[in-house]
Amino acid sequence: MFKSIINKLFPDRASLMAFLTLAAVLLVVIPLFCDSFRLNMAAKYLSLAFGAIGLVICWGYGGILSLGQAAFWGVGGYCMAAFLKLEAARNIAQEQGSDQIKALTTVGLPDFMDWNQVTELPHIWYPFKSFPLTMICLLVVPGLIAYLLGTAIFKRRVNGVYFAIITQALCWLMEILFVTSQGLTGGINGITDLRTCLGWDIRTDSAYGALYFLTAILLLGCILLSKRVLHSKMGKILVAIRDMEDRVRFSGYDVSNFKIFAFAFAAVISAIGGAMFSLNVGFMSPKLVTIEPSIYMVIFCALGGRRSLIGAVYGTLIVCLGRTFLSEEFPELWMFIMGGIFILTTVVCSDGLAGLVEQHGDRILKFIKKHTRFHTWFAPLLPRLTPKKEQP
Amino acid sequence: MYGILGFLNIFADYTGEELRSIFVMQSFAGLSQFSVFLLMALGLAIIFGQMKVINMAHGEFLTAGAYTTVVLSDLMTKYCPSMLPYYFFFAIIMAFVVAFLLGYLVEYLLVRHLYHRALDTLLATWGVSMIMQQGFRLIFGGREDSAVLPDWLMGSWAPSEMIDIPLNGLFLLGTAIIMTGLVCILLNRSRWGLNVRATVQNRTMANAVGINTQKVDRTTFALGCGIAGIAGAVFTTIGSVSPAAGSLYIVDTFIVVVFGGAGSLLGTVLAAFSIAQTQSILEFFLSGVLAKVWVLAIVVGILMIKPQGLIANKVRR
Repeated sequence: MFKSIINKLFPDRASLMAFLTLAAVLLVVIPLFCDSFRLNMAAKYLSLAFGAIGLVICWGYGGILSLGQAAFWGVGGYCMAAFLKLEAARNIAQEQGSDQIKALTTVGLPDFMDWNQVTELPHIWYPFKSFPLTMICLLVVPGLIAYLLGTAIFKRRVNGVYFAIITQALCWLMEILFVTSQGLTGGINGITDLRTCLGWDIRTDSAYGALYFLTAILLLGCILLSKRVLHSKMGKILVAIRDMEDRVRFSGYDVSNFKIFAFAFAAVISAIGGAMFSLNVGFMSPKLVTIEPSIYMVIFCALGGRRSLIGAVYGTLIVCLGRTFLSEEFPELWMFIMGGIFILTTVVCSDGLAGLVEQHGDRILKFIKKHTRFHTWFAPLLPRLTPKKEQP
Repeated sequence: MYGILGFLNIFADYTGEELRSIFVMQSFAGLSQFSVFLLMALGLAIIFGQMKVINMAHGEFLTAGAYTTVVLSDLMTKYCPSMLPYYFFFAIIMAFVVAFLLGYLVEYLLVRHLYHRALDTLLATWGVSMIMQQGFRLIFGGREDSAVLPDWLMGSWAPSEMIDIPLNGLFLLGTAIIMTGLVCILLNRSRWGLNVRATVQNRTMANAVGINTQKVDRTTFALGCGIAGIAGAVFTTIGSVSPAAGSLYIVDTFIVVVFGGAGSLLGTVLAAFSIAQTQSILEFFLSGVLAKVWVLAIVVGILMIKPQGLIANKVRR
């Protein structure tokens, strides 16, 4: 039973090894070499990787490029942040006579609502009073938005670049809405000052560690779930639609339904990442819901390999690390590198890093075998990256 | 939310005469916006219509044209101030040439490898736009620059007491109309236009009858970029230039092109006009961002009903 599941998820040994390597990197290597500050940073990056995974599903496999993935990511983040903010407001209300309470006119409301003369909790915020409802909201709301949007767009057979431009415009619209409705979303500052989650202080070193592991495990889980979906018959049809849409339609499939599903599924996965971001970082702002982070997610995905779920995670880590270190040292250089990545991954190697590893993996392994004794220790574990060709 | 609902009773606070002046002046502000949209969208529309290439770096060609004008105006004030009233026409031509050459280069180095992969051209040209933007920042610095305007562009024209129309806006409008006319004549009356129309209608057949479609593509792309350069030159009359100036317009312009129906000049003009007018009239009554939200929402809504845009170009694939 266990073996059959493994076989279904990983068609060859190479993909299994790739997944295990990623798991080892995320769960062992990074925690070993990072202090809690860096671990928190890594968790921040990993929560962005959810968006990149979503893009692999809908862009790499489905051929629908969403330039507004950060909008869904952000809705998830805002849901989580709303729950945490209400809890923070309740915490403040319990501390009788503190300075913070004296500054408020309506105790028990989030501070930004108070500053905007909101005296009663808006109805949209009611679900965020309870934890289970918040969880449901942060999965269902982005999925529902994506479903409605997808139905409206794909049923009308709008696709390709039109879809990309429309999603970009909608993402922009979303940012404007979040910024302008100050009393509901905290405006340009977003929802800040989130300290506890269900009474657990998320600003301590141990919490940073635990949240990192939670993020990493959820990410690996999402990769497995996506693999399950993409390796099923549905995934095959999705790829067929990407490559030759008309032929699939003539074969009797309702093409739009598959696209809607891929889009909504990607939205839900991205939303999980947004929620983890709110937990890890302790704030959510409209600057994270706009076009720029959406483009970053496309870069992560393009660099890692648009058809590789695992590559997307590496792509995210590399770009984010590069951004953190290079943009401090040489801010001028960084934009050139980003532009270069875009051009290289479209013109030279459209499969990104994953494509390179697939092509040259054998040579790299041979090089390692030749120059180290590594293989003598781990000989049975080393993967054959390409399956042996069958002799006729 | 109240801002949106308040839209219904905003007219109550103004008298009839005031409303009329507001309407005239706001629609003129809309016309300036329309001119920039139109000049940007013209280039994009012919590129997208012919090659199905999305040029995300289009805004940067506008910036390139604008910086050309700024550099020329600096040179003029330094070396021959007497020519200052006339340099602007020369600047427009130079802006066109610079943007044309840049566009030619980008097509030759990058875009021609990516035909038939529309989404990839979108991303690759996005990369180009990042690089160009950073290039501008390195060369000209991050602060805003502006060109010295000739005297005849300053001031305004006041047909009545309450109405006041700036001259540079009129100049902008004039340029946009002339350019649209020129592109129209080029497309419909010239040898090059004939080749372009043949390529749009049926690329394979155009190739077969001896049209070098690759060359046509290259000139079209460069010409589209050149028009963006002209847009940049006249843009300096209404605003200052910064490295990111062009990218502010790119999403709007794409909406215009898509809304108008790809490849149709008339559709592009209509779309640019309706979007710019709606936005600028709403802008007076609502806040700027809310006006934008409304316009975007309306356009996306119409696109869902009519995915081919206002005027669909019937082309056999």
